[in-house]
Amino acid sequence: MMGRMLERLGVWVREHVEGVGYATRTFFYMLGVSPGLLRRPRLIIEQLHFIGNYSMVIITLSGLFVGMVLGLQGYYTLNKYGAEQSLGLLVALGLTRELGPVITALLFAGRAGTSLTAEIGLMKAGEQLSAMEMMAVNPVQRVLAPRFWAGVIAVPVLASIFSAVGIFGGYLVGVQLIGVDEGAFWSQMQGGVDIWKDVFNGFAKSIVFGVAITFISLYQGYEARPTPEDVAGATTRTVVISSLMIWWLDFMLTALMFSK
Amino acid sequence: MLYYLPLVSLSRRSSQQRLAFLHYNTGFKKVSVVVPNLVEIRDLHFSYGKRSILSGLQMDFPRGKVVAVMGGSGSGKTTVLRLIGGQIRPSKGHVSVDGQIVHKLKTDDLYLLRRKMGMLFQHGALFTDLSVYENVAFPLREHTDLPEELIRDLVLMKLHAVGLRNAAKLKPGEISGGMARRVALARSIALDPQLIMYDEPFAGLDPISMGVTANLIRNLNDALGSTTILVSHDVKESFHIADHVYFLSQGKIVAHGTPDEMMASSDPYVKQFVHAEADGPVPFHYPGKSLAADLGLKEGA
Repeated sequence: MMGRMLERLGVWVREHVEGVGYATRTFFYMLGVSPGLLRRPRLIIEQLHFIGNYSMVIITLSGLFVGMVLGLQGYYTLNKYGAEQSLGLLVALGLTRELGPVITALLFAGRAGTSLTAEIGLMKAGEQLSAMEMMAVNPVQRVLAPRFWAGVIAVPVLASIFSAVGIFGGYLVGVQLIGVDEGAFWSQMQGGVDIWKDVFNGFAKSIVFGVAITFISLYQGYEARPTPEDVAGATTRTVVISSLMIWWLDFMLTALMFSK
Repeated sequence: MLYYLPLVSLSRRSSQQRLAFLHYNTGFKKVSVVVPNLVEIRDLHFSYGKRSILSGLQMDFPRGKVVAVMGGSGSGKTTVLRLIGGQIRPSKGHVSVDGQIVHKLKTDDLYLLRRKMGMLFQHGALFTDLSVYENVAFPLREHTDLPEELIRDLVLMKLHAVGLRNAAKLKPGEISGGMARRVALARSIALDPQLIMYDEPFAGLDPISMGVTANLIRNLNDALGSTTILVSHDVKESFHIADHVYFLSQGKIVAHGTPDEMMASSDPYVKQFVHAEADGPVPFHYPGKSLAADLGLKEGA
């Protein structure tokens, strides 16, 4: 009984270590074939339009509402201490450092990541990737790499839009609705937000999230068995693994970037 | 060996073929030359884990010929194609294509070799986000720097060859299964390959599409001067167009010869297959317990 459990545990560990090793090898192989895309930037632009542009609506609306809620909650809390003039600073720091990159990454995983996994998985199920290989076209270079770089570019841009629209949402609620002083709102923000420490670090976080989510999504689709249930399972795994990865990376990066 | 040398582009032919071409470039002239096989399979073994799929295959695919590989489902026919294309590696033995041992090639060399191949997948494997036109243009765009006008002309010529020039603007979802197969055929010949492989090209086609596809396979092979490997279990159409037939069963060659020889074969497997007999070496029932045992009856009751 005990022996069998240990055996199963051993197999499980070995399979997962093997899986991580294979994913790492695929990741570096994809980076290795990426310079070939420089001759055909149109492939990246097409994907950028597909996964970036089509995520704009959900990112913009979410950013607006998150900013509005942050303005409202921030005002109630700051008001207790007579510090409502700092609302602009609170909204801006909250969005640029944390909420912008993290929520954008989670939304991107749900909106674009699942779509990438399903697309690649169905291409595999329909033998399109095999057909490409037999046409002497490397599917990692032709299919995975353009989507990967489009994701890496799209996430920080979307996170920046999320934060900008979120700040506007906070302004609408705080200044226009509640009546916080407009000058204080913007000047506190201007004085308290450091372009490198806050904005750039938030931007760097979203680049890391972009790399992680996009690769996880592509890899799950690429490695899915060509059956409907496994493609469905791969789509679910994309959301679960990406979300957990985002939280873990966020903690690690925050500790690294903002610790004194 | 009698061999027809086609009038085709010199650039894509091997030096030996070019030499032969220079001597005999007077059209489809019948000349007597010794032509090596384009594909050779020697002592080929392949298994998925402990499950053996192919064991000890020896096959030859002479240049310019249509060779059919036949056998029941699960006999290893598609695996042979995947081994020839280098998509999987043999556990023992080798496949050589145009003198190169496929599994020993580096990735770049394998991709170079694949440019000499075209493959038609069982369900066409068309890119569903691209139109019929773009599907056929795909290999041309990937592997050549031809101007758009020339690509257009080539694509329309290929589509014309399969009778679908006027369907160029349609998406794969808007055409029938038989048409999709023909589009895939046009795509597989876009680069005028030396070797064309067909994986079950007749599966699921109506009799008209089946006949059209069979004739296309033969005509394209002759017009391009290529070599065709046809994996199928459709006896009538395959025998109609093939020069040579291999029969595979449980990963082994059980018989081979010309279609006429196979029709007259007394081999039990070939007889059962060719004449579509329900019982024979391939049992109708999946092996296991008897019906009586399952129903709890005494054997022979």
